[in-house]
Amino acid sequence: MTGTDVRYMQRTRDYYRAQGYTSDYQWARHTEADFTELENPLKESRLAIVTTAMPDTSVGKKMRTVTITACLPPPASMFTDELSWDKENTHTRDVPSFLPIEQLAALASQGEIGSLSPRFFSLPTEYSQNNTSEIDAPIILQECRADKVDLALLVPL
Amino acid sequence: MSLVARHLETNGIPTVVIGSAIDIVEYCGVARYLHSDFPLGNPCGKPYDKEMQRNIVNQALTLFERAREPGTTERTPYTWGDNDDWREAYARVDDSNRDQLKALGEERRRQQARIKEAGATRAPLISQ
Repeated sequence: MTGTDVRYMQRTRDYYRAQGYTSDYQWARHTEADFTELENPLKESRLAIVTTAMPDTSVGKKMRTVTITACLPPPASMFTDELSWDKENTHTRDVPSFLPIEQLAALASQGEIGSLSPRFFSLPTEYSQNNTSEIDAPIILQECRADKVDLALLVPL
Repeated sequence: MSLVARHLETNGIPTVVIGSAIDIVEYCGVARYLHSDFPLGNPCGKPYDKEMQRNIVNQALTLFERAREPGTTERTPYTWGDNDDWREAYARVDDSNRDQLKALGEERRRQQARIKEAGATRAPLISQ
């Protein structure tokens, strides 16, 4: 953190207090994290993408579970209305600005990475951290293994 | 999202998170984090700026190989604009919207009660 970084936790607490909520949301807190070394170089690795954006379909707009979508062809739009992004200063009409399928597909065709996984994963943002940790994360792990994924790039909006 | 990164990492899949909320990601603790100091919404680069989007993804990829320990944070070299005005916009609370937010909260609580009555067990973290 630097002095100019936006303090989103404090900003969010203040925002919800102004709405009359009396209990602050408690963000997940860990002082340590596991670290897995790469087994193979990037040029031999398959990458998966995880996003918080949902598919721009009638199902994607309603689903509150992990949703799996083919990477190709890259989606022209994604459903982001429910997410908390800065709707005053920017927009999400350019999908590669938050879902890097095109960039990774290009890098795969240039041989910079082994391959892009055939499917990407949409993770619903959840009030319940248990739902994320106990339900959604294991599903994403299982599906990454099914796709023989070596590395994961996670891009929350 | 950071919780999923932690789970994958624990189970043998190296991860990089690209995001714009550095306080939340570092509070949760992840193995590798690339910070885009932009308004929330475009962590991979400004809309339609293909070169920037390519460079940010490239930096994230090389972070896989560069990071040597958990909790490694890097920043992209980019800034959003000529000034920092955007930093004040997200979830702003001031005299211009205080009454509106109070009314919004009341409506949200009614909505949440309806969702609960309907038996839903999953609700979005924040919906504006």
